[in-house]
Amino acid sequence: MSIKGKAYVMGAFEHPTREAIGISTPQLHMQCARGALEDAGLTKDDIDGYFCAGDAPGFGAMSMADYLGLRKLRHMDSTETGGSSYILHVGHAAEAIAAGKCSVALVTLAGKPRTQQGGGGPRGGGFAAAPEAAFEMPYGGTTHNQYAMCATRHMHEYGTTSEQLAWIKVAASHHAQWNPHAFLNEVVTVEEVLASPMIATPLHRMDCCVVTDGGGALIVTSPEVARSLKRPKVKVIGAGEAPKGTYGGKVDLTFSGAAWSGPKAFAEAGVTPKDIKYASIYDSFTITVLMQIEDLGFCEKGKGGKFVADGNLISGVGKLPFNTDGGGLCNNHPTNRGGITKVIEAVRQLRGEAHPKVQVANCDLAIAHGTGGSLGTRHGAATLIMERE
Amino acid sequence: MSEQGEKKAPAVRRIFPPAVNEETAKFWKAAEQGKLLYGHCLACNEPHYFPRSFCPFCFSERVEWREASGAAKVYAYSIMYRSPTGPYTIAYVELAEGPRVLTNLVDCDFRKIAIDAPAKLVWKPSEGGAPVRFFTLA
Repeated sequence: MSIKGKAYVMGAFEHPTREAIGISTPQLHMQCARGALEDAGLTKDDIDGYFCAGDAPGFGAMSMADYLGLRKLRHMDSTETGGSSYILHVGHAAEAIAAGKCSVALVTLAGKPRTQQGGGGPRGGGFAAAPEAAFEMPYGGTTHNQYAMCATRHMHEYGTTSEQLAWIKVAASHHAQWNPHAFLNEVVTVEEVLASPMIATPLHRMDCCVVTDGGGALIVTSPEVARSLKRPKVKVIGAGEAPKGTYGGKVDLTFSGAAWSGPKAFAEAGVTPKDIKYASIYDSFTITVLMQIEDLGFCEKGKGGKFVADGNLISGVGKLPFNTDGGGLCNNHPTNRGGITKVIEAVRQLRGEAHPKVQVANCDLAIAHGTGGSLGTRHGAATLIMERE
Repeated sequence: MSEQGEKKAPAVRRIFPPAVNEETAKFWKAAEQGKLLYGHCLACNEPHYFPRSFCPFCFSERVEWREASGAAKVYAYSIMYRSPTGPYTIAYVELAEGPRVLTNLVDCDFRKIAIDAPAKLVWKPSEGGAPVRFFTLA
């Protein structure tokens, strides 16, 4: 069974806040849910499926479902793959809808890592009991330095340079200048990226995404519900997911799980990377983007550096317009998880509702791809392909 | 950020005692004698790390934990500057026996670290638990 054409993303909402002072994390989830429902033209009691991940306060999906007052639920899923969870949730929602398990699915994400200590969601408990913990925790692994090791190895294998990585941030900043909500909206140059402080070699501060409060929500519906709504229809046509790990010491940092999730999604959708008009690519760091576009097949493996240089990711300039909201690098990385904003901007593009300065002409086919967890140890890759109907 | 006050003395990176469970107790006992163990599968002949009671490749439980020579080479690394305890290097090193393991490259000149540079095993005491293995440039 395929999910192709069995579900539609009919509601999308990105919370405008980047510093959520005076709003609780559950309240942010509620505001995001309300925003996505209003966007779709639906109400709370239409929701019969709920999807959330580790940022949702409480016990799996149940605390939030109860808090939100979701009384009609007949399907729940709290699959956790870090920041990519919400991309994967759209695929899971499409599966559930295709199987008749629900017809209006809500996906929420929210949190406050910027203004609240520990506000970025769960850390500790579960991780401390992980089988790998005693063998990895002593070494001060962080998101920064684990992703950075991938960059070091990529540079060694393929000759990728810091200048090439910097072009990814430059492209994101060109888009962010048009987004009034973007946390950073100044256009930056390659030189400025390279002059920013070194965080974890070879990644500079501007190779890293922003830390912001906020959140987002999506409404995924059955074709019948979609037809009853007034919004442009964004059809889910392919999804793929894949975990990648350290495999008993057979560590290979040169590729990401996109090499596995991407082909599954493209095969289901019946399209190729060449057909894609707009790409939302998870940008926790510049290296994340580089490896994923290679692994998804937008360029040959190892040639990502050349591909992104000279503005090739800038809308209206290059071949592969990416993250036209400014992405995690400039706009928003709510609660340290950028998956939902990747889907939201792809939906804007497919509806023709992106900012006019970055809207891709005739954007009828888009991809949203994410890497959650750590590229340098274990992560969950999720690919979603959507089409304007 | 640091503008606010007097400069604090740089804290020292702490080494917490590793969590030991029923499956890994033998590993940490060997660590106390300065021995680094890895798993070797008698069914499929593949080495693995961290050692398990079974082989993660073929799922056999005919696994023997062997002592690694301590010789390794650098597979990947990053020097971390965003640290309240001063810069440190995280790395994967490839053991002579095959598995690539996460570690820090300690007590060495950061400028000499390079991919494929030879490295060797060193141990450091933890705070009240088994010692923890690190690597340094050989």
